[in-house]
Order: sequence, then C-alpha cells, then structure tokens
Amino acid sequence: MIFKKNIADLTVVRNTRFNNRYFMLDLQAEEPFSVILPGQFVQVLVAGSPSTFLRRPFSIHSVDFASRRLRLLIQIKGEGTRHLSLLTEGAKLNVIYPLGNSFSLPVTKKVLLVGGGCGVAPLLFLAQFLNQQHIQPVILIGFRTRSEMFEIEEYSKFGQLLITTDDGTAGEKGLVVDHSLFQKERLDFGKIYCCGPVPMMQSVARIAQWHKVDCEVSLENTMACGFGACLCCITPTDRGNERVCMEGPVFNTKRLKWL
Amino acid sequence: MNDLSVNIAGMTFKNPVTTASGTFGYGEEFLDFLDPGQLGGIFVKAVTGKNREGNNYPRMAETTGGMLNSVGLQNKGVDIFCRDIYPKIKTFDTHIIVNVSGSTVEEYVEVSERINELEKIPAIELNISCPNVKLGGMAFGTMPDMAKEVTIAVRKVYKKILMVKLSPNVTHITEIAKAVVDGGADVITLINTLLGMAIDAERRRPVLSTITGGLSGPAIKPVALRMVWQVHKAVPVPVIGLGGIMNATDAIEFILAGASAVQIGTANFIDPRVGLKIIDGLGQYLERHQISTIKELIGALKTE
Repeated sequence: MIFKKNIADLTVVRNTRFNNRYFMLDLQAEEPFSVILPGQFVQVLVAGSPSTFLRRPFSIHSVDFASRRLRLLIQIKGEGTRHLSLLTEGAKLNVIYPLGNSFSLPVTKKVLLVGGGCGVAPLLFLAQFLNQQHIQPVILIGFRTRSEMFEIEEYSKFGQLLITTDDGTAGEKGLVVDHSLFQKERLDFGKIYCCGPVPMMQSVARIAQWHKVDCEVSLENTMACGFGACLCCITPTDRGNERVCMEGPVFNTKRLKWL
Repeated sequence: MNDLSVNIAGMTFKNPVTTASGTFGYGEEFLDFLDPGQLGGIFVKAVTGKNREGNNYPRMAETTGGMLNSVGLQNKGVDIFCRDIYPKIKTFDTHIIVNVSGSTVEEYVEVSERINELEKIPAIELNISCPNVKLGGMAFGTMPDMAKEVTIAVRKVYKKILMVKLSPNVTHITEIAKAVVDGGADVITLINTLLGMAIDAERRRPVLSTITGGLSGPAIKPVALRMVWQVHKAVPVPVIGLGGIMNATDAIEFILAGASAVQIGTANFIDPRVGLKIIDGLGQYLERHQISTIKELIGALKTE
C-alpha cells in the first residue's frame, strides 16, 4: 500500500506524564488524516533543543480519526525526548506522518500481542485495529514493577490483558517470555505481534519459530530521515540490507537475520 | 521576477539549488513533499559497478550541529540503475546527474561508460571522496596523481559534462582541484564529508560499526566555504558548493564564495521541502538587494 506522507504542524492538546520515564503526547491535526495503519511511525522535529539536530522517530500509539488526533507514547532517553516531555498544551510540533509499513492482518482470530518497555507503543493502535476486524487479541505486557504500570484499562478494552513484572508486584513474576502462556506444550495462536527491546523480540521470535507460529516484530533503529533517503537505518534480511523506515519497521521474523 | 538561472559548463540550471548525492535517494523518496521539477537539479545516490550492501549497522551518529554516516555506498549497481531506476526518474523536469563511484579505475570507467548511454543524464559526478569504503572512494581523492589518473580515464569514455566531487580530507584542496581539471574535469563539486568519529563513553565503544565516518551538516559549513572560495580562485572551471547548507543565507554565502550552484544535503533529512524554501529565499535576497540575476553574486565576495 502506498501512503501519502504529510508534513504538518500539529498542536499538543495534552501531555500526560505516567512516571519518570514515560509520557504521552496527544496531537491535534488541522487536516483530516488519510490512511494510517498500526505499526507506522512519525518523525518529530524537536525545535528549541540545540543538541537535537535530527528528527526523532516515534511509533503511533493510537489514532482518533474523527477528532483528527494521534497519540505518541514516548520514553525519555536523551535531550530530545526530555525537551518534548516538557511541552505544554498549545505547543506546535512539526511532524512527518505516516511513515513505514504496518503490521499485516492475521488470517486467524487467535492473536497474541507481546510488548515490553516502550515497545508497547504501537500495540495499542494494533489492538484497536484488530477489534475493528472483530478480533479480540490476548495482550501480554511486561513492566518492571507495579508502580510503573500505565494505561492498563486502555489495553483491557481491546482484549485479554496479561501482565508480567520483573519483581512480581503485579501479574506473573519475570520477563514476558517467562509467562506461563509460553510454558504450555502447544502455543495456541495463529499470529504473534511483538515490539520491545531486541533481546525480548528475539526470544519471542524463537518461541514462535519453535511452535511454528507466524511472528511479526516492529524494529527500532536510529535514522536520519525516516523516509528512505539516508540509508542509515538498515537491518540485515533475506533480501540484503533493508531500510527499517521503508521496508519496515514491521518485519516477519522469518525474514530477519538476527535469529 | 528575479532571474535565478545559472549556466554551468554549457548547461542551464533553472535555479542554483540542487540536492546532494546520498541525501535525496533517486528523487522518488521525495515525491510526496515536492515536485523535483522545481529544483535546479538532482544528484542521485552513488552508482557502482556491482550491487553493494554497504556497511553494517550502526551507520549513523548524531553530533553537535551535524551527523556522521558510514553508509558505504549501498546501491543495486549500474545494471539495475539503468534498467529499473533510470526509466522512472528520466521524466523529472530537471537535470538528473548521476554520482559515479568505484573501487578501481576500471570500475569508474565501466560505470561512466554505461551512464554515458543514458540520454536524459547530461552529466556525471565522479565520487572520488567517499570516506566510508575500504577500497577506492576517498583514496582517489586525497592524492593528486590518482585523482588525475581516474579523471583522465573517465574523460576518455564519458562524452558529456564531467563533474568531480572532491574530498575535504586533504592538506591542499587546490592541488587536487588543479589535478582533476588537468585531467579533464568540466566542473568541480565540493565538499564531500569530513572524516570524523563518535564515541559512546558509557559503553567505551565507537558509535559507528566502521569506527570512523563522514561528518555532514552545519558543523562543516565554515570548512566548506573556505574550500569553495580557495578552489574558485585557483581553477578556471565552475564550482558547485555544498557542506552544511540549511537555508537561503547559507546558499548565498556559498555563491558569494564562488559557487555557481549549491547542493543541499543533510538538511533534506530534516526538512524534505528545504530545497523549495531555499529557492524562495534566494529570490527574496535578490529582491531585497535589488539584484536582477543571481549570476552577479557568483564569486562576488568583497575581500578588499
């Protein structure tokens, strides 16, 4: 599918701080959105932060087409994201959107979503989208600890929510891949969608491969442009080095060379 | 209406704003943002003899006022370029100039010969300045004898306008410039990226997989301006300037230093429409200074 890329000033209508690492920006567009699909991302210009030269890529966390709003879930990592975390209502952000490919539709109704850390960002939009296709996914999310959990009710709206925490303060104790779901002899899903730290995605991909379940991951990568020109954000695939921003960010794990 | 057109080695450019090789893909990546026909020209991504996968990830590091890259000339090779890419871009209503690179003199010659056959490509830009490949690239551009040798060899087979892109990673840029003009270059473009590196102090490791890479962006603009000015004074051929141009004022500075046209590079990544904004800005500059043609500004730096 060909997506028309836009470049526009969006208005911050809400900045929600979840904890000292995560915040969420609600952005209002003047023009109606055309097609935007789960898995796609945006490139945000961080104006007024001298040490932030390039745009910052963020997954689209959710879209409200009726009110022309999109949400970004952002982890504070450096000066650019710190600057964005301080934005207040009414601030303008120059955004290029939508970028990249999207998760593919499952051929089955038994779907598992696995997220950890900021990797949950594209999964809310995906869960929302699957619901519209009359699919209730199982959603497994890993947090460090109970006090760092956020948006639990949001995910619960769209499917069966399972949780792990590193310290066992909520859900099952351990990493997402330690969840009892994966200890069963048969993994009863037709498709797994996963986004999170690379070691987590690799582990989930290995489990999926073992159970012969189709698995898609959304990769994060440092990129200069986000629309296919700079060739910086490559990942090795069965077709050579491909651009995460164009041929990705969503890849079927069968095609990736990191397993 | 002010006249933004410039003439370079017999070619007329509708305006002096072009895009730098490696920062504008093959133009297709920008079609949602602008009509390439509005630009003075497009220098497309480097083409080599065979398919190249480029360097390993990570290939990019953001730095103060710029970025380092070590892409390593990833491209599908000249066969695929001629067969699949050229037919799609030849209809753009602007000059399409192909950046030619290689590891050996023979490879430069082979690619140049193939591009010579493409009717809608009026010029090539010989890339003897890529810092990110083990063989060839910058090795040709840092020694006057080798720079001249590869230029002579390509000149023999390439019948149209031959541009040569110089590396700034040299002690005397004018020596290299004179050598390639002696070898038959019609136009000099400069500068390619400055060799640099970035270190991750926490991990105590280099950021790039190749350890070193090419620095671009506004951080290198003063170096680029100096070299454009020196080369413009030293050789009788037109110069196309690039290095950290972010806006129309930057472009004017290069033109005053002696550039007949400019290339926009890294700025395309941040604002894919920046080329159009710079064209507008140049028109406004002429109006504000009541100058009828931008040609009057080429090399018009007052140093007395």
